[in-house]
Amino acid sequence: MTTANAAPGRIDSLEARIDYYPTHEIAGFRLRPGKPFPFGATLVPGGVNFSIFSSHAFSCILVLFEKGAKEPLAEIPFPDSFRIGHVWSMMVFDLDCETIEYGYRMDGPFDPLVGHRFDKSKILLDPYAKAVGGRDVWGTPPNWDNLFPYRGRLVFEDFDWEDDRPLEIPIEDLIIYEMHVRSFTQHSSSGAKHPGTFAAMRDKIPYIKELGVNCVELMPVYEFDEFENSRLHPETGEMLYNYWGYSTVNFFAPKAGFAATGRLGMQVDELKTLVKELHKNNIEVILDVVFNHTAEGDERGPTFSFRGIDNKTYYMLTPEGYYYNFSGCGNTLNCNNPIVRSIVLDCLRYWASEYHIDGFRFDLAAILGRDPWGAPLSNPPLLESLAFDPVLGKCKLIAEAWDAGGLYQVGSFPAFGRWAEWNGKYRDDLRCFLKGDAGKVGALAQRIQGSPDLYGWNGRGPTASINFITCHDGFTLYDMFAYNEKHNDANGEHNNDGGNDNDSWNCGCEGETDNPWINDLRKRLIRNAWTILMVSHGVPMVLMGDEMGRTQYGNNNTYCQDNDLNWLDWSLAEKNADLLRFTSYMVAFRKAHPALRSRYHLSNQDFMGSGYADISWHGESAWNADWSDESRTLAFMLCGKHAKSGTVCDDYIYVAMNSHWDTKYIEIPMPAPGSGKWYVAVNTGMPSPEDIFEPGSEPELGDQRHFLIPAYSVVVLVAR
Amino acid sequence: MAFDAQLAMADHIAKITLIGSLDASSAPRFKEVIEEAAVQSPTKLVLLMDSLDFLASAGLRVLIFAKQKMGAGVDIYVVGSQGPVLATLEMSGFHHSVYIQETYVEA
Repeated sequence: MTTANAAPGRIDSLEARIDYYPTHEIAGFRLRPGKPFPFGATLVPGGVNFSIFSSHAFSCILVLFEKGAKEPLAEIPFPDSFRIGHVWSMMVFDLDCETIEYGYRMDGPFDPLVGHRFDKSKILLDPYAKAVGGRDVWGTPPNWDNLFPYRGRLVFEDFDWEDDRPLEIPIEDLIIYEMHVRSFTQHSSSGAKHPGTFAAMRDKIPYIKELGVNCVELMPVYEFDEFENSRLHPETGEMLYNYWGYSTVNFFAPKAGFAATGRLGMQVDELKTLVKELHKNNIEVILDVVFNHTAEGDERGPTFSFRGIDNKTYYMLTPEGYYYNFSGCGNTLNCNNPIVRSIVLDCLRYWASEYHIDGFRFDLAAILGRDPWGAPLSNPPLLESLAFDPVLGKCKLIAEAWDAGGLYQVGSFPAFGRWAEWNGKYRDDLRCFLKGDAGKVGALAQRIQGSPDLYGWNGRGPTASINFITCHDGFTLYDMFAYNEKHNDANGEHNNDGGNDNDSWNCGCEGETDNPWINDLRKRLIRNAWTILMVSHGVPMVLMGDEMGRTQYGNNNTYCQDNDLNWLDWSLAEKNADLLRFTSYMVAFRKAHPALRSRYHLSNQDFMGSGYADISWHGESAWNADWSDESRTLAFMLCGKHAKSGTVCDDYIYVAMNSHWDTKYIEIPMPAPGSGKWYVAVNTGMPSPEDIFEPGSEPELGDQRHFLIPAYSVVVLVAR
Repeated sequence: MAFDAQLAMADHIAKITLIGSLDASSAPRFKEVIEEAAVQSPTKLVLLMDSLDFLASAGLRVLIFAKQKMGAGVDIYVVGSQGPVLATLEMSGFHHSVYIQETYVEA
């Protein structure tokens, strides 16, 4: 107990003596039994508390290294008395936290038939390590003979966040920008001082802000090994990497190779500084997290962490002891085992609280709903735990609602009132409509409304739908309209990798062309896609570079390419300045109109007494939409008096979408009396700068009753 | 080069001259000097880094410690940092928390 006049130093001293004094000595290190919780390595007064779980190991040894050393500094066996239940814990005093790296040796049975694969010759990475050494600088070839390739490091939690915290922007107001940290600034055209790093991304925040998006979704930034399965292209000799990073080495540690300060071990500070600066600019940060598998692969893969600590607990195993492969990457994390569930929860709480992360997108999230034998659960405990976790209470939770084992849950992912989904059906239906497929206007109407057909039946609103047309998987938006087929030869897999269901259209020529008609059509289709995405209910997500016409030259699976196929060429911002202007204005249009950003599904009824339904459907004739299979033209009008369920008043918004190859003569519905005249916000059939007007500066439409909509064009009018 | 840190107090301004390499082995000495300065309740802390060749993460940690120890009301000036030392401050984002100056100018 403290007293008012007690000297602070005296109190510190007393606490240190009572709680943390050494009781043992092994190999010259002063020790005492540790605290089982929290797992991992935790700084305590005078020392470090090491704690690790294994339910099947016989014994455990803490292995300490000087930073980067080949041979251990010390190996300290945990005395039997230091184990409580399945947890070994030990406090080690007088360590130099700046220079120590640590790992474990676990001894236990090697009996794959029953799921055990212990190997005490391996030095294992702590699954709870907060920083990892060994891949400190991107692309530096590793020493493959290193007995301890991924090394746990200690981190300090002394970052000064000032008054920062997660922004908690309402999800219906988000506009998500999916991006890869390295790709964003690695190209020489970026002008970045430290290309490919968190620091360089920080320098580009003004660009993100000017584009107008208010959320960045970062492809994996957890520690991964770019050299996992690295190989030389058999023909070109080019090095192919694990570039995207969807293969986690450690869930708690930021990727050192993404930090300009990685070689100094300061990746934690650098990433936190980036998050803090993004928040200052009102931009949220969502992390793409990969809890479906790890980088250890199947039984042929390396043993560096989970497999050697407790294989049977961490992985889903067949009755014969092999690895289930619902991830398509060799193994499957056993997410609904209570121990694994805990590590996922601990991890996300850590990122939310220590890094102020605003949300998470879960790669192949359907796996998180499978039981330990792979069967889908109706009430998956992990998903429920995440949905109701107090620390994650305001975080966005977004599922990629399918997996590589064939479980497809778009519209049926167990949401617990919290989860949103990458809406794959939005992507597919929009792509088909945009290229002029027949029979798509009905589906288009559903997608534009936030997919009530998928989410309305169980009370989920449009915010359950993350609307996207492109993402890192597949073609870029430019390539969507420049290629019919994938061109993945650069991946060294004889063009057998990547999806074949692209729903793309090359507009008449495969790849680059000088044909001005084709190039004009491609520009229009890109603008059409941006426009429909930005006027759709739900949460729009765009892919890095689509705002300026980035191409991957027809490669729809650039997972291994550390080159121009992935790097953003910033000269496109100048070359395609008209597109960049269009896309940023389109983002501004969405932000200017609350009628586009409702939490609740539209009712197709008038509940405000305006004389108009919240949304009404039209075609070439007003009030007469053509829903037939051959229809390729659809229009809708949003009544401004119904914006956000009638809680705010907005302009009337009329959107006509024509994916027909002919120009159409369109009759426009009149807005309610007293609601003003129609103004032209967007006409993708017009050349820049008349393709879009800044919100507030739209010109009045000459003929208020009719207009011509060009082939493959979208027109947006506002009435005020 | 061996590390050295010298404290000079004048008009409630603590000036610490840093020389050599500030790494894990020298950080404790720097921390001592920061504590020595803190007990004299300065209104400003000026870190003269013209002759500092290298700043490791351990050194950066002491800078963060200094910021915490001095409190929000005490401005910290980092003066004369250059080359890799300045780059480290910028990459880690610490330059947002202090005043970076080429030569000391009282704000």
